[in-house]
Amino acid sequence: MSFLLVQALSGLATAATLFLVSSGLTIVFGVTRIVNFAHGSFYMVGAYVGWSLIERFGTTPAGFWGSVAAAALAMGLLGAAMEIGLLRRLYRSPELFQLLGTFGVVLVVQDAAAWFWGPEDLLGRRAAGLKGSVDILDQPFPLYDLVLIGLGPLVLGLLWLLFNRTRWGTLVRAATQDREMASALGVDPARLFTGVLFLGCALAGLGGALQVPREAVTLHMDMAIVVEAFVVVVVGGMGSLPGAFLASLLIGQLQAFGILVFPQITLVLVFLFMAVVLVLRPHGLLGRAEEVPPTAPAALTVPLSAGTAAHWWALALLAALALVPLAAGDYAVILLTEVVILALFAASLHLLIGLGGLVSFGHAAYFGLGAYGAALLVKHAAAPMPLALAGAPLLAGAGALLAGWFCVRRSGLYFAMLTLAFAQIAWSVAFQWSAVTGGDNGILGVWPSAWAAGKAAYYWLTLGLCGGALWLLRRAAFAPFGYALRAGRDSSLRAESVGIDVRRVQWMAFVLAGTAAGLAGGLYAFAKGSVFPTLLAVPLSVDALVMVLMGGIQTVTGPLAGAAVFHLLWSEVMSATDWWRLILGLVIVALVLVFPKGIVGFLAGLRGRA
Amino acid sequence: MTEPLLTVEGLQAWYGRAHILDGVALTVGRGEVVALIGRNGAGKTTTLKAIMGLVERRGATLRFDGRDLAALPAHRIARLGVGYVPEDRRIFADLTVEENLEVGRQPPRPGAPAWTPDTLYALFPNLAEMRGRRGTRMSGGEQQMLTLARTLMGNPSLLLLDEPSEGLAPLIVKQMAEAVRRLKAEGLSVLVSEQNLSFAAAVADRACVIETGRLRWTGSMADLMADEAVRTAYLAV
Repeated sequence: MSFLLVQALSGLATAATLFLVSSGLTIVFGVTRIVNFAHGSFYMVGAYVGWSLIERFGTTPAGFWGSVAAAALAMGLLGAAMEIGLLRRLYRSPELFQLLGTFGVVLVVQDAAAWFWGPEDLLGRRAAGLKGSVDILDQPFPLYDLVLIGLGPLVLGLLWLLFNRTRWGTLVRAATQDREMASALGVDPARLFTGVLFLGCALAGLGGALQVPREAVTLHMDMAIVVEAFVVVVVGGMGSLPGAFLASLLIGQLQAFGILVFPQITLVLVFLFMAVVLVLRPHGLLGRAEEVPPTAPAALTVPLSAGTAAHWWALALLAALALVPLAAGDYAVILLTEVVILALFAASLHLLIGLGGLVSFGHAAYFGLGAYGAALLVKHAAAPMPLALAGAPLLAGAGALLAGWFCVRRSGLYFAMLTLAFAQIAWSVAFQWSAVTGGDNGILGVWPSAWAAGKAAYYWLTLGLCGGALWLLRRAAFAPFGYALRAGRDSSLRAESVGIDVRRVQWMAFVLAGTAAGLAGGLYAFAKGSVFPTLLAVPLSVDALVMVLMGGIQTVTGPLAGAAVFHLLWSEVMSATDWWRLILGLVIVALVLVFPKGIVGFLAGLRGRA
Repeated sequence: MTEPLLTVEGLQAWYGRAHILDGVALTVGRGEVVALIGRNGAGKTTTLKAIMGLVERRGATLRFDGRDLAALPAHRIARLGVGYVPEDRRIFADLTVEENLEVGRQPPRPGAPAWTPDTLYALFPNLAEMRGRRGTRMSGGEQQMLTLARTLMGNPSLLLLDEPSEGLAPLIVKQMAEAVRRLKAEGLSVLVSEQNLSFAAAVADRACVIETGRLRWTGSMADLMADEAVRTAYLAV
């Protein structure tokens, strides 16, 4: 009994930190309508800065709390700087660009933190004056955690007062509803939004600095917390502070008790909870229904034309590619094999984004499912390569069938969040279920059959399979299915009114894209000889988005060119340096800043000016 | 002759690629009420929005109280003392009446009447009874009153009033006209866009008639009411 109480209390302490971070995220979203991927980075850097300050000054209570406050303040300033430098230019951009741009910041911050603080985990000093524990029903409970439990409701109350009882809060609420009208009344929305980013990021930094006495500071804190905070914000209702508080409490308890019952799948539990809440209450527990604006990529659509000579060009390209091994060495062939695989992966994502207007932030899940499907068949069933390669798209397709059913129920940002959640579920299964998947060590020894073991032979096999799959995807794009998908993207209401079951078409597209990505993943597993959980992780999903983006969203061939450029850049430039995250992050940020309306929007703008 | 409070010359405005205004020119003198009259789609709302900096505008002379407005964003224009009352009301629905007024509040301005919530509640007694109520629970007439009161909280010297009588019951329209006359008496200058000639006639000193983005006729309100030909050419539906 007393053990359960202590467990519940420790859940409350977790909830407090979670609420601090999520409240910042939900405030920033509520006002700017931007889902700030970099929010977790402010938490992480807040923890690092807090650690450094606490090491230096944290021997007294005043020094400890002063350090925590200073870390929060510093993160607030950094957040304000990000608003001025980046977000301000993205308020009217497609949500894909907002997510990508802030993810670019995540990458840059990761390398910056590694550079400043080194790769080792840092153990912090315990809070001065709060080192002891109190006995609760004869069970010791850390005093510091009790303070944290009290801090959650205190911050909620202060935020409520700030937004409801101060002029600044009133102006923020007004500008949230109608920016233009607020500015016509003499309110400078830009300054207001900078202030909101200051507040939101300071809260993240506060959450991070307060964690220093509780757990080691690591370079992985950012993604772990931001994904959890996404869940809290989505479950609570995006933009709702009381919702974030309630959801933090629920998820804190879910984690505290989940670890007792299902220690292997605590991560999965959280995402399942979110999926269930979203199906039952689409706008979250305390969120309000609001009209979903059409996704911006759709607003910038240029007509897609099949092009009469396209298939001749495709055949010529295929023939040219097939001849490469006769002239080039092994290294070039290996590189090209990977490019062809990634081209299929990018094209499958393009089907969702370009044709469906569905921005998936977890497409790597299906690539990874394919790779794991093939690898598991080889390892546990000793399956020959052709069987394993057939299993790869099947497993990925089945996964997409299940996840897609949930995901297509929502559009826009919620869709992106749901796909991300399912990708995280798949990732955590691969990461935590060591007995079957090998966990972090992955599965090794996934080699092709003897007849395809040569670099050139495997390349030809890849080229044949990917070429066929790409041809099918292209056929689908210009079949009635493709037109229905585009109709649903441009106006789901009008598409429904002419008899298109939009949700079903989108579901089918999700499955098709997942299956194609699965084939790419299976081929990738045999090309590399091994699979790791990173194949399902968020960074790979983002890589795919960058490929699609580089090539241009509104062309069918774009993703192919994007995959080629990205992979060459990757293997020739980024692998040569330890700071690839920094470079990739800067490339992404530059991409969204130069083309804030998308590459197509940029080109359309040029044409309009000419 | 002293410079008018507001001078607009050669005003061009676009919505995306649609060219809405083509060289609108007008003036509003100190203490004067000018009616901008035209049919639906003539460019009345766009003119007011363009002055306020809410739509893309180019190449115009926009002078207000000796200052150039052409390069300023909306919030800076508002802080110079230009008050904008939109036709679609756009009150902040999640905010209470009191909070809506708070958003509009600016420091008092020399040469312009200074307003407080209390003086505005006296002007619009209906609002006084619902100061804690949220905008979602108000009638159209009450919302229109609140929109006007909210803008007055900025103590403007010039009011841009967009179709204040649109969609309101006759009794409320009368109250609105009464309010505009009171504001004029307080020393406010007003540029009011209207389709409703009788409302314009009840409040305005001068009239500017606009049609397909160009100014077609300017003169005193009384002359317009007497000139059947102009009214038929530009205003008859």
